[in-house]
Amino acid sequence: MPGAGELLLPSSDSLASPLCSGRRPLSTLLSIKNLLRKDTAYNPWSVSFLAPLLSFLSAKHSHISAKCGPMTRHDDLKEMLDTNKDSLKLEAMKRIVAMIARGKNASDLFPAVVKNVACKNIEVKKLVYVYLVRYAEEQQDLALLSISTFQRGLKDPNQLIRASALRVLSSIRVPIIVPIMMLAIKEAASDMSPYVRKTAAHAIPKLYSLDSDQKDQLIEVIEKLLADKTTLVAGSVVMAFEEVCPERIDLIHKNYRKLCNLLIDVEEWGQVVIISMLTRYARTQFLSPTQNESLLEENPEKAFYGSEEDEAKGPGSEEAAAAALPTRKPYVMDPDHRLLLRNTKPLLQSRSAAVVMAVAQLYFHLAPKAEVGVIAKALVRLLRSHSEVQYVVLQNVATMSIKRRGMFEPYLKSFYIRSTDPTQIKILKLEVLTNLANETNIPTVLREFQTYIRSMDKDFVAATIQAIGRCATNIGRVRDTCLNGLVQLLSNRDELVVAESVVVIKKLLQMQPAQHGEIIKHLAKLTDNIQVPMARASILWLIGEYCEHVPRIAPDVLRKMAKSFTAEEDIVKLQVINLAAKLYLTNSKQTKLLTQYVLSLAKYDQNYDIRDRARFTRQLIVPSEQGGALSRHAKKLFLAPKPAPVLESSFKDRDHFQLGSLSHLLNAKATGYQELPDWPEEAPDPSVRNVEVPEWTKCSNREKRKEKEKPFYSDSEGESGPTESADSDPESESESDSKSSSESGSGESSSESDNEDQDEDEEKGRSSESEQSEEEGEKKKMKKRKKVPEGQREGSSSDEGSDSSSSSSESEMTSDTEEEQVEPASWRKKTPPSGKSAPAAKEISLLDLEDFTPPSVQPLSPPTVVSTSLAADLEGLTLTDSPLVPSLLSPVSGAGRQELLHRVAGEGLAVDYTFSRQPFSGDPHMVSVHIHFSNSSDTPIKGLHVGTPKLPAGISIQEFPEIESLSPGESTTAIMGINFCDSTQAANFQLCTQTRQFYVSIQPPVGELMAPVFMSENEFKKEQGKLTGMNEITEKLTLPDASRSDHVVVQKVTATANLGRVPCGTSDEYRFAGRTLTSGSLVLLTLDARPTGAAQLTVNSEKMVIGTMLVKDVVQALTQ
Amino acid sequence: MSEVVSFKLSVRQSTGHSNCGVLTAFSAASASVRRGPGAESLTGPGLGKMIHSLFLINCSGDIFLEKHWKSVVSQSVCDYFFEAQEKAADVENVPPVISTPHHYLISIYRDKLFFVSVIQTEVPPLFVIEFLHRVADTFQDYFGECSEAAIKDNVVIVYELLEEMLDNGFPLATESNILKELIKPPTILRSVVNSITGSSNVGDTLPTGQLSNIPWRRAGVKYTNNEAYFDVVEEIDAIIDKSGSTVFAEIQGVIDACIKLSGMPDLSLSFMNPRLLDDVSFHPCIRFKRWESERVLSFIPPDGNFRLISYRVSSQNLVAIPVYVKHSISFKENSSCGRFDVTIGPKQNMGKTIEGVTVTVHMPKVVLNMNLTPTQGSYTFDPVTKVLTWDVGKITPQKLPSLKGLVNLQSGAPKPEENPSLNIQFKIQQLAISGLKVNRLDMYGEKYKPFKGVKYVTKAGKFQVRT
Repeated sequence: MPGAGELLLPSSDSLASPLCSGRRPLSTLLSIKNLLRKDTAYNPWSVSFLAPLLSFLSAKHSHISAKCGPMTRHDDLKEMLDTNKDSLKLEAMKRIVAMIARGKNASDLFPAVVKNVACKNIEVKKLVYVYLVRYAEEQQDLALLSISTFQRGLKDPNQLIRASALRVLSSIRVPIIVPIMMLAIKEAASDMSPYVRKTAAHAIPKLYSLDSDQKDQLIEVIEKLLADKTTLVAGSVVMAFEEVCPERIDLIHKNYRKLCNLLIDVEEWGQVVIISMLTRYARTQFLSPTQNESLLEENPEKAFYGSEEDEAKGPGSEEAAAAALPTRKPYVMDPDHRLLLRNTKPLLQSRSAAVVMAVAQLYFHLAPKAEVGVIAKALVRLLRSHSEVQYVVLQNVATMSIKRRGMFEPYLKSFYIRSTDPTQIKILKLEVLTNLANETNIPTVLREFQTYIRSMDKDFVAATIQAIGRCATNIGRVRDTCLNGLVQLLSNRDELVVAESVVVIKKLLQMQPAQHGEIIKHLAKLTDNIQVPMARASILWLIGEYCEHVPRIAPDVLRKMAKSFTAEEDIVKLQVINLAAKLYLTNSKQTKLLTQYVLSLAKYDQNYDIRDRARFTRQLIVPSEQGGALSRHAKKLFLAPKPAPVLESSFKDRDHFQLGSLSHLLNAKATGYQELPDWPEEAPDPSVRNVEVPEWTKCSNREKRKEKEKPFYSDSEGESGPTESADSDPESESESDSKSSSESGSGESSSESDNEDQDEDEEKGRSSESEQSEEEGEKKKMKKRKKVPEGQREGSSSDEGSDSSSSSSESEMTSDTEEEQVEPASWRKKTPPSGKSAPAAKEISLLDLEDFTPPSVQPLSPPTVVSTSLAADLEGLTLTDSPLVPSLLSPVSGAGRQELLHRVAGEGLAVDYTFSRQPFSGDPHMVSVHIHFSNSSDTPIKGLHVGTPKLPAGISIQEFPEIESLSPGESTTAIMGINFCDSTQAANFQLCTQTRQFYVSIQPPVGELMAPVFMSENEFKKEQGKLTGMNEITEKLTLPDASRSDHVVVQKVTATANLGRVPCGTSDEYRFAGRTLTSGSLVLLTLDARPTGAAQLTVNSEKMVIGTMLVKDVVQALTQ
Repeated sequence: MSEVVSFKLSVRQSTGHSNCGVLTAFSAASASVRRGPGAESLTGPGLGKMIHSLFLINCSGDIFLEKHWKSVVSQSVCDYFFEAQEKAADVENVPPVISTPHHYLISIYRDKLFFVSVIQTEVPPLFVIEFLHRVADTFQDYFGECSEAAIKDNVVIVYELLEEMLDNGFPLATESNILKELIKPPTILRSVVNSITGSSNVGDTLPTGQLSNIPWRRAGVKYTNNEAYFDVVEEIDAIIDKSGSTVFAEIQGVIDACIKLSGMPDLSLSFMNPRLLDDVSFHPCIRFKRWESERVLSFIPPDGNFRLISYRVSSQNLVAIPVYVKHSISFKENSSCGRFDVTIGPKQNMGKTIEGVTVTVHMPKVVLNMNLTPTQGSYTFDPVTKVLTWDVGKITPQKLPSLKGLVNLQSGAPKPEENPSLNIQFKIQQLAISGLKVNRLDMYGEKYKPFKGVKYVTKAGKFQVRT
């Protein structure tokens, strides 16, 4: 921006005009302002035209006022700002900022500073911004001068400048520029740079606080930004949402799953805001996970212990606990609810206390009882943090420990108090300890309390005594012990301790007065020494209340009190009157005179309460001539049995405030606090969260699913939530189905499908009529996929299959979809295989399992990952079967067997591997590799396992379970998963036997890094349209004669790469689609083959490297 | 160019409350401190959330820096804070959250300074506390210390930092690596160069980290010597009761890293015995999934010093206590003296020397003076705070250090109820008491060979012996 400053502000001398004399400039200024006001709504740019004029005027104006007024300070600074030297300007600005920092008023410098807004020196500029934001509100007219600079800044190619222009523009609290701000925010919301979009999100609440009429427009921007997929924006926009329109919960629906999935990558501050918003969201959208628990649980303690176990066993047991639930009750957790819980859990490990607290409160408010326990450990960890953090965390723990005592019980000792803790922390810890005390741990707790009582910190000692009192009331067993202890404290030297003990003893005695006459006598003696009013009052009350237990001492105490009556504190006086009245009623012979004396003294007391009480009491107990009606009931009035006070925590019921909130901490509703809504009676329609993006599931049949779904499955999903599941929803499927059938009419040749059909025949041969619906469902699915390439040849053998599948009708369909949605991940595991023989192999194994004798080859030890779902189990078995059907397997496993370890190098152990193209059961991101071991030596090889892998970044290995022994001549197969992280880097690891270690490495062909995806032609085209430009790689080639037939082409392509065939309208084109395993990026392959042999291969993929390599591989395969 | 800010710093004008009674100097400038009654009403309720203003207050109650992110909040709001401070008597006991009629004050106490933030509406308190600590950490990082003098000397940088860290009260950039790209930390060399060339301390492009998915690392890092050091520091928290048995003990550990590696190194750190780590919290750079599945710390590190993880070794495991203390402290009834005898010795020290031993005792108020003789090291007793500090040094098993002598009590005062507890500090080099061992550090993504190092230290954390 060359010379922006000069342009904006013509040097005042050169432009001296008749305008600026006397009062004129001011009026001109005002009229221009009015003009602006009218105009900006239509044309915000007019501001920039007017600004130079305006600035010039205002400079004059301020000049004049400076001359007239006494303000001559800061002249040196003004001079420095007016020079052309950046260094002087910078120095001046630094001094001004230092003034602002100290709270000094620098507003009279405004005109001098504001003209440097366009200064080229970035530091000067920034400091001017600081100044502007601070004073713009006070000098609105002058602030307008700077607007045009920011407007120019908004168009700057540098994203940092765009962002900071927007930041400052939106921070200037000048109502007149609202339309300009609105426009700027709208533009920035669709900026290329996520950083600018983030700034736009920040600007929204600023504008809203300036002018709440803009709400509707702002909500539109928020809606737009909520759809943003970058983590940078997510936190800021949710913050804006919370501030502007927290009631518009409907805006969240579509973004709910995205937010859940993004959460872990959002910066810490954003995480806190998002989590607390999602807590509220979940409370309105899901059913309470505890709604049925109270009915079924006879013993609430059980849940406590359950939660502990859960914790001890770690995440694995969570599933077990969850699995146990549905057997007892019909409640089923919404998978989205589960998604939220699952995705927030890792954040308990965050370094930020605020994030940990946010997750903790989310779990406390949303999780089923059995799962809440996981947060305890993290919260206890925070107790090591700064004392302010401790303070807040302890407050929350105190509230939680009342409701969920069992959760913190294992950490009891972490709440022990050190003499160096600040008092406020000590008292909070004491609160928690008291809440946690129960029958079993009370001896330890009391022993701790014993130590605390001797502390030098008297406030703390008093609190401890209170705590002992509470323990005594809550736990009957130790009541006497506590009471004795407290009585011992009565001989303490410290009066405060004694006084506090008296107060607590009083409360305890009220529970069982009859047994404790001795203690009351003891207390009575104390009246001579104790001076603390509260304690004296307590003793007097006790004696009066239980005067029948101490008939001889009571009158004497009254005598003493009457003597010192005038010197007593007010509360003591009241209790003296009380005592006198009670004694008069029970023992009027001895105390009549004393009572009258006390009442007379009280009658002339300074305090009107006491005078009042005396008059009232006298009327009541000393019957006068006329009114005797009340005094007959005096005894009932005074000596009615009184219920014992309940000693309870001040944190009780504090959880009606959202935990971790300011309101909870203050135990009062803070401004702007949003109530945590109650769980809905019935869950609102969950389908609102469905998103029409192919990779996200459409949960259309959720109602049906709900009946059968078990949390068991939803938990076993592993990493991929319902949102990530492949597009295996029934709608799109049937769509493709119908499409394929129409295609079959169009007469697509299908010689290539011969092979599969044979496979299919085979499988049909084995299949029996008594297939379970689930299998059928699966099979039907398979069918559908097969139909695609099958085309016309849907006659003879395959008819059977289609018949059976169609006959299985609705119910089957249901079960089908059910499976899909319940465990999308496991479906995903099933779906990727190229739709040919891999699933076929699986089917066979399924049938084997059902109808045939167990496979002859002993299954290997179970897969390393504890398989949690039935599907995974079956897969595990499938693998063992694969050697049985090598004919099926070989075409599938892309690159055929490859050698990992030659038998010579391996001293008799030969190891091969194949890429099975079956989904790996433990982790869908892993490529599953079959490792074939054979022992050609003459000694058994023992303890075969994978040693320490030396892996490049991101690559991870799921080892196969150790093979205990491989006898000579025998061979076996194991399966391992490797996450290649979408790269063709080799995974190096050690293969260890008991005696030797071999260094081996597996390098995947690029085609194995993906899994097939099934999509319709339209979808394919749509996706392809998105992946053009840099993401498209095209190569021309000539097909040799041998590979011109459809069948060969398809086979070669699918052998090279693990892709799924996509139906295609034109006969010369072949389409394949897949997704990379780790990142799930689409890989689309198109082959346009002319009958002449000339062909063009196109690969579209976000992963350019993969695309390039894939093109190379496929070309090579096709041209060979 | 920090010396520019050299004019006299004014002191907050006496605000009516009489806390501390310490200096309330008047300078010419303090007249301009605006405390108009209208200032509060400038900001109505519902005017935005999060952090509104920040005041920095020193020990004597002077507000020496204020920063507003929204409308200006008058300094007089701090009076509520001073009131609470007065009530609390002790700086540690000032409640972190104070409610005032129009605002909420959330404060932290760090390095003898109070950071008081003004909040207007509901906000998670920990969010603010965490942020304030992050601000203090950043000052520490930039100026080497977080003191009043350092902040005053660098007031412009402080202001620029605060401006970047918070936008409209919501945190914007808090990662040290990003901030350092935006605003360069002050060095003498740079200030000289800047004053000659006129270049500035402020970066003019967006730090690349902001946009990448590894916002914690700055781009284009280059070193001639590539080094990666890890300090495994374990602290033993323990409460030992009178009889010498352990009431409570656990190990709190951290791994601090100092990583100076060029380019974009991808590190993975593995342990011999990762199962020991009971509860771990991670720097955001760590890949959580890898830890979950393989118990390997895999990360692209930030540049410079940072805390990689902190962990806890649970109290369920037996914790070795490296020292024992024999003590006999007694105060005679009706006499103005008492006896003090403390001996400290090694126990379960795994064959390592225990060094840097210090014993601190907060004596009861009635203690006037102490006449002690140490067999080793030196001791001081502060009669005002009643704190006895015994600097022992190394413990040699041949000759156990002890501190014996008489305690003078205020005559006539009752003897103290409780014996004071002993707080012990010590250090053991080359040992992680939990037995945690780093197995190896691998680097991917870069070709050079870095220099690697791991250091183990065990320290006493909150180690208290009740007597």
